[in-house]
Amino acid sequence: MRHGKYPFILAFLLPPVGIYAIYMLSPYVQAIYISMTDWSGLTAAQTFIGFDNYVEMWGDDQLRKALWNNLILVLVVPVLTLLLGLFFASMLNVGGRSRGGAVTGVRGSSIYKVVYFFPQVLSVAIIGIVFKYVFAPENAGGILNRVLGAIGLGGLQQLWLAEPNYLIWIIVLVMTWSFVGFYVVLFSAAMQSIPRDIYEAALLDGSSRFTTFRKVTVPLVWDTVQVGWVYMAIQAMDGFATVHIMLGINGGVEGAGDVLGIAMYREAFAEADFGYAAAIGVLMLVLTMVVAVAFMRGLRRERVELA
Amino acid sequence: MSSSIERTPAAAGTDRRTFLQRVALAGVALGPGGAFLASCATGGGDDTDDEASEAPSGDVSDDNPLGIPTDQPVEVYIFDGGFGDEYATELHQPIFNEKWPDIQIDHHAAVDIGAELQARFVAGDPPDFINNSGDGQMDPGQLVSDGLLADLTPLFDAPSWDDPSVTVRDTLLPGTIESGTRDGKPYVLNYAFTVFGLWYNAALMEQNGWPVPTTWQEMMDVCADIAATGIAPWVYQGVTAPRYMNWPLLSMATKLAGPEILVSIDNLEPGAWGHEAILESAAAIRSLAENSYFLPGVEGMEFRDAQGLWARGEAVFCPSGSWLENEEADAIAENPDFQMAMMPDPLLSPDSVMPLETVRATAGEPYVVPADAKNPLGGMEYMRAMLSMEGARGFTERVTSLTSVAGSSEGVQIDAPGLASAQAALQAAGDNVINWFYPSWYGTMENPGIDQVTGALLRAEITVDQWAEQCEAVATEIREDDSIVKQTREG
Repeated sequence: MRHGKYPFILAFLLPPVGIYAIYMLSPYVQAIYISMTDWSGLTAAQTFIGFDNYVEMWGDDQLRKALWNNLILVLVVPVLTLLLGLFFASMLNVGGRSRGGAVTGVRGSSIYKVVYFFPQVLSVAIIGIVFKYVFAPENAGGILNRVLGAIGLGGLQQLWLAEPNYLIWIIVLVMTWSFVGFYVVLFSAAMQSIPRDIYEAALLDGSSRFTTFRKVTVPLVWDTVQVGWVYMAIQAMDGFATVHIMLGINGGVEGAGDVLGIAMYREAFAEADFGYAAAIGVLMLVLTMVVAVAFMRGLRRERVELA
Repeated sequence: MSSSIERTPAAAGTDRRTFLQRVALAGVALGPGGAFLASCATGGGDDTDDEASEAPSGDVSDDNPLGIPTDQPVEVYIFDGGFGDEYATELHQPIFNEKWPDIQIDHHAAVDIGAELQARFVAGDPPDFINNSGDGQMDPGQLVSDGLLADLTPLFDAPSWDDPSVTVRDTLLPGTIESGTRDGKPYVLNYAFTVFGLWYNAALMEQNGWPVPTTWQEMMDVCADIAATGIAPWVYQGVTAPRYMNWPLLSMATKLAGPEILVSIDNLEPGAWGHEAILESAAAIRSLAENSYFLPGVEGMEFRDAQGLWARGEAVFCPSGSWLENEEADAIAENPDFQMAMMPDPLLSPDSVMPLETVRATAGEPYVVPADAKNPLGGMEYMRAMLSMEGARGFTERVTSLTSVAGSSEGVQIDAPGLASAQAALQAAGDNVINWFYPSWYGTMENPGIDQVTGALLRAEITVDQWAEQCEAVATEIREDDSIVKQTREG
């Protein structure tokens, strides 16, 4: 049996590795090469121009704006989403207390679970279009302004999408809204695997809900939080679909809501500059990897063992 | 019927080609991961650039002035957008086939032209005729500078379809060939003809006895009357496209000072945007914001929402081109009282250089023949059929749009009141037809460049001088960017 082991293994290993190399690895390598050319995306001809695209990127103010916005997304969206996700999940699973001391979710938690997960079922395109009308002017069907007017806060009414300073925060809000449901479900699953007797012990010791959350729940689901955090940071690094649908290809008024994904798309398909677009793509690749590594390391803490 | 997805592979299609096409489609589905950028790219280096020179041809004769091969198929791609593609299958292709029964037309309709054809351009295997339009349009300037489009001079020099003694060139409205010319050569046939102006709610004006303003002073007076009744005088295309307001702005300035100011803008001359007439016009436009004559909230609206409110009678004036009537057909249908009409932009001063009737009009809706096409002459012959009187007239009847073929709308009963008024305005203008080219020459100069600056002017966030300064900065950026091929025009 030992005899034909290697040919046998190779025969099974080569096709998947080959396919992976062709479809996953080679595009990365090609993108890096293209980022050093002036390729327009329309011809077969590419001129090698070295690092010119990267030099140009360095002086590109609009790209800096996009980068800054991505930074906001990467820092704010995961924090908001995680806080909300953890809070909702713990309320759904261990928040209730009244019924005979048993550890359960708050009343109606089975309904809330469905409600929270709802945005996850909708496609990003629908979410984008719906929120465009949340923030539209009142006479064009804007819900938010109408609600503000109806509850006597008419002074807070704004032309949200025409105000450069708000754009990225609107994106933060929409992305958070659309992410939270998934993480509620994810954290719920993690919390359900925590033994009930730990909570009962905490309860007997007179620990408050918040202390229980901080000292019991969070440490025991930390692994899941860490994974979720990295995953979310990668999603936030993108943000393409939401921004494209809500603000358009230029990133909204004065390009104030621009993100790297949009900048890349614009360079490639509106300005026929695939070389520069590939350079932005490489930048995104590097940043995403840096963010992933930084988050993995930064969030590492001692594992709690459930013996 | 052929859909955009099922495409007959090219006869000579190699494995590499089909592979590239599939990878490109898959790449689009994968979205922004750089995969598309990469996968269709490297590997196409061994291209056959001299394919055009091997293109088949037939004998040149009176009957076949372009000398097309009479048995080779022609592959046609039509953008399936506002005009649909039935005008091609039910009108132009029958005209073509009547003359050339042995030529098979391989018709395709596509919503996203770029996504479908980009990989084929890279592979050196483009179709013979493309309606390069819509959101997925491939940048024509880039196509030209990459040498991917065929020079259409043979087409324009050929005798017209209907009359052998008149060339195709002479059947077209003035400005048509120029609008598709780059570096001195015509590469693009712009087929539809668009008239720009101020569109107004004629029913509302009539009911209230408001006169159609001919000068800016009259415009301000009418706006005051309109505003007093609680209706908004103006809308524009909101957060989507403030640049539409550049059209009345530049038209009014041109009427005041003459068409030279447009030449210096198009030629990117320093200080072009600071011309006094332009400043005066910008001040007039800004005064609409200062007096709150815009529909409340329009700054934050999508363009369809803004135009829809206009069609529903919440505003009176809207700057646009003659596609507006088609675009808002659903909103117009909801409001049976609505009657739209077009007026030329008002005069800023009684001693303007050009008359009130001056309108901006231009040929649009681009059709091209790729340089690497298998049968480029077949593609041009197809264009010649489109430009026949029957083809052009049928197009106007079917899709309610004027065409670049002179006189083709004469005698055509235009039922759409908006288009009929545009046709009348164009006739009244005579030779006083103006246009500017920087938006088509330098796409990013107009959008996002001038678009964003004008947006700020319309929100009255910046002064007229700041506006001019920022427009200058946009023009300077284009002027100093060596990677952009520059165009120039005279008079």
